[in-house]
Amino acid sequence: MNELIEFINKNLEMTYVLILAIFVGIEVIKSIPAVLHTPLMSGANALSGVVIVGAIIVMLSAEEDNYIALALGFVAVVLGIINVVGGFAVTNRMLEMFKKKK
Amino acid sequence: MTLLLSIIYLIATVAFVVGLKMLGHPETAKRGNLIAATGMVLAILGTLFLYKQEVPVLIYSLIGLALLLGGGIGWLISVRVEMTKMPELVSLFNGFGGASAALIGLVEFGNITSATESTIVSTIVSGVIIGAVTFSGSLIAWGKLNGSLKSVVKIPQYNIVNNLFFLATLAYAVCVVYTGDYSQISVYALLAAGLIYGILFVLPIGGADMPVVISLLNSLTGIAAAITGILYDNKVMLVGGILVGSAGIILTVAMCKAMNRKLGSVIFGAFGAGASAADVGNKDLGTIKSTNPSDAAIMMNYASNVIIVPGYGLAVAQAQHVIHELEELLVEKGVQVKYAIHPVAGRMPGHMNVLLAESNVDYSLLVEMDDINPQFTNADVVLVVGANDVVNPAAHNNPASPIYGMPILDVENAKHIIVNKRTMNAGYAGIENELFYNAKTSMLFGDAKSALTELVSELKNM
Repeated sequence: MNELIEFINKNLEMTYVLILAIFVGIEVIKSIPAVLHTPLMSGANALSGVVIVGAIIVMLSAEEDNYIALALGFVAVVLGIINVVGGFAVTNRMLEMFKKKK
Repeated sequence: MTLLLSIIYLIATVAFVVGLKMLGHPETAKRGNLIAATGMVLAILGTLFLYKQEVPVLIYSLIGLALLLGGGIGWLISVRVEMTKMPELVSLFNGFGGASAALIGLVEFGNITSATESTIVSTIVSGVIIGAVTFSGSLIAWGKLNGSLKSVVKIPQYNIVNNLFFLATLAYAVCVVYTGDYSQISVYALLAAGLIYGILFVLPIGGADMPVVISLLNSLTGIAAAITGILYDNKVMLVGGILVGSAGIILTVAMCKAMNRKLGSVIFGAFGAGASAADVGNKDLGTIKSTNPSDAAIMMNYASNVIIVPGYGLAVAQAQHVIHELEELLVEKGVQVKYAIHPVAGRMPGHMNVLLAESNVDYSLLVEMDDINPQFTNADVVLVVGANDVVNPAAHNNPASPIYGMPILDVENAKHIIVNKRTMNAGYAGIENELFYNAKTSMLFGDAKSALTELVSELKNM
């Protein structure tokens, strides 16, 4: 418990961002019409690919001879970018269909 | 981290929020998606070039290779995937996101020293576990959706085994963090436990509950990303992850509501247990009246108001295009046509809308459940294609039914109902549907595509 309090104290800014982001997320998404649920989900899917930033950091910070870190980081970057590129592209493709007809 | 990078992250974060907001309105959705994507590109490029100076060339080339390889694969998948396969794709991508987070956790666990605070260790450990659960759970969901995993596993006391395993994993994780046993074996053990729990967790969940599971896994991927963000004190990852987490949770709750299910009972799988078989046997449902395409065509030709209720069976039969042809034909003849979309039509939230949009159906013709339900009384003909449980009146009037209380489309209020179905088999929930025995209902048996094609050609001749 003490450690948790200390952690929050040390990362006060982070804790604020975390809690405010939850509210922002709920407010932003709350009233989305059902017609857009699938694109929203695949768009959100692409956003969760932001984990790639962490994967890149892992690789950048690894020593040149730390093969395990580099290999795991490599796979993490590949999976992350598939998620990002595939997610945004397929969302775009879907939204294109909605637009075709007025 | 340079000031410039912090500013780039800030811009990216704002782009995510604005992009997601715009994604919520049909007119701005496409731009919203592009804005979010731009934010992502900024965050990636910024990290690549500004996070650390003097990175060895080897590492740069490796990252470049990974980006090109994964980017190429992602692009190819996105161009080739069929719209009916969107749920599979989303599951697969969810899994990738989870795996990525778990791998990062693995590497960072290796960097732990005795000086590392236990809170940091717990962040890493939770990243590994949540990432692993998301990964294996998503792969199971993917297998179930594409049909390679058909059986719904139900061992007696499954829930107890499942939950005990979860608690044991949790206890072990706490143990690892607090005893300071930071050997590599313990993190691999946690990884394995996470993977096994992911499998246990999704395996017993049945077909009709898939939209809920996909939403939930989507949310978990976001949470995994957010945890990694906390680890690196990186706000763009934190906010991005939390946004996805919230979106997933909101959709999960919406799906549960649409099916009148408690999230708990979806996760612990109690669907269709017991009641379904019993409630039909002792009740005389009456007789089935079957019809043929030409009679159905006549009926629709002389109607002034037709509502089409599409279900996933329509997509399975690849009949989205024919139904659009039918709709256009009827409109030409002066019939008013609308589509009634149940929130869980399809295999993921909003799936049916995408499938119909692909066949060029104007989205203003797609009417959501709450808006269309009062209009069924004025409908001359309702055509139900490949939908079953979402039009089952048992949800209103049979408290013994497992779907009792689930909001449904009130098609029984229409003057005539035509139901296209391949056979008399029960729907996903395995429940008889008394709508089929209703005096106003005629059954049009046959594969959706061929039945509708015949219907269209009959109509053309009138």
